[in-house]
Amino acid sequence: MITIALYLTIGMVTLAAVLNVYRLIKGPDAPDRVLALDTLYINAIALIILLCITLGTRMYLESALLIAVMGFVGTVAMAKYLKRGSVIE
Amino acid sequence: MSQFAEYAICLLLLTGGAFTLIGAIGLARLPDFYTRLHGPTKATTVGVGAIMLSSVIYFSSRDGSIGISEILVTVFLFMTAPVSANILAKAAMHMGVRTVENTQGKPWDQ
Amino acid sequence: MFDRLSFPQPWLSLILFVIWQFLSDGVSGASVVLGLILAWSIPQMTQAFWPERPTFFKSWRMPAYLMRVIFDIVVASFQVAKLILSPRKPRPMFVAYPLELEQPLAITILASTISLTPGTVSVDVSDDNKILLVHALDAENGDDVIDAIRTRYEKPLLEMFE
Repeated sequence: MITIALYLTIGMVTLAAVLNVYRLIKGPDAPDRVLALDTLYINAIALIILLCITLGTRMYLESALLIAVMGFVGTVAMAKYLKRGSVIE
Repeated sequence: MSQFAEYAICLLLLTGGAFTLIGAIGLARLPDFYTRLHGPTKATTVGVGAIMLSSVIYFSSRDGSIGISEILVTVFLFMTAPVSANILAKAAMHMGVRTVENTQGKPWDQ
Repeated sequence: MFDRLSFPQPWLSLILFVIWQFLSDGVSGASVVLGLILAWSIPQMTQAFWPERPTFFKSWRMPAYLMRVIFDIVVASFQVAKLILSPRKPRPMFVAYPLELEQPLAITILASTISLTPGTVSVDVSDDNKILLVHALDAENGDDVIDAIRTRYEKPLLEMFE
C-alpha cells in the first residue's frame, strides 16, 4: 500500500515541479521567476525525501539539508540583487 | 510495521503531495505576483512538512529511532519560508510589479 | 580579554551546540569539542550584526503560541487550497496593519507568523516600526484582517514581550 501511495505522491510532486517550470519560463517579471525557483528547490527536497523512503535509506537526507540551506541563501541573494542591484554592499 | 503506522504514512504522503501540487497550481494560475506568493509559502511548506512527517514515522517504525535530520530540515524550511517570501515581496514592491485590477489598497513606494 | 572568552548570547550558543550534536550523527567526544568551539565562535563572529541584545521574554509561553500557529497553518491551508482550486477570482487586498509591538524581535516573530498562516503575507515594515504592510489573498474587509491578526497573534506576543 505504501508503494502505491509513494508512486502517486512522486507523480504529484513531479507535476508540481513541471508547473513551477512553466511559471519560470513564462515570468512575466523577475520576482516571479525567483519565486518559481524557490518553489522548485522546495519540491526537490520533497522528491529527495520520497526517494529516501522508496529506497529505505536515510543517506540522502543530508543532501536535503544542504539544498534547504543553499536554496534559501540563493533566493535571498537573488531577491537582494533585484532590490538593490548588488548582493553584498 | 503496524497497520496504523502504514495508514498514517499513506495519508500523510498523499496529503503532502496534494498540497505541493495545489501550491504549484496556485503559482501557475493566480493572476499577479503578490497572489502567487501565497501558494508556495504555505501550501508547499505544509506539503513538505507532511511528507517529512511521513518519513519520520516510516523510519522510526522501521528502525525504532527518530530521525533528527528530517525534523531539522522541516524546522529550517518553516523558519526560512516567511523570510524569503518577505524579501521577495520587498523586491517586487521596489520594482513596481503590476497588481491585478481588483486589488484594494496599494503597496508603498519608498 | 575576559570579554573575548565569554558567550555574548547564551541561548544562541546553546542552540548551536545542540544542533551540532544532531547534525553529527550521535554524540561523541569530537562532536562535543567541535560543538563547543562553534557555540563560542559563531556568536563572537556575528556579534557586529546584532543591533541590540535580544530582550528578555517569557519563553514558557512560546509552546502554547507555537501550537496555536501550527493549528492555524493546517486549518488555513485548506482554505487557501479551496480558494486556489475554485474558479472564483480571489479578492486580494493590501492592509496597513498598525503595530502595537515595539521590539524588533517581536515584530519579526509576528511578521513570520503572518506569512506562514495562509491567506496573508507580510510585505514590509515602515521605517519607524509602526506599520506592517500585509497582503491578504482573499479579504472582503481590511478591518476583519486587522482584527484577526490583533486578537490571534499580537495579543499573545504582547503578553510574552512585556
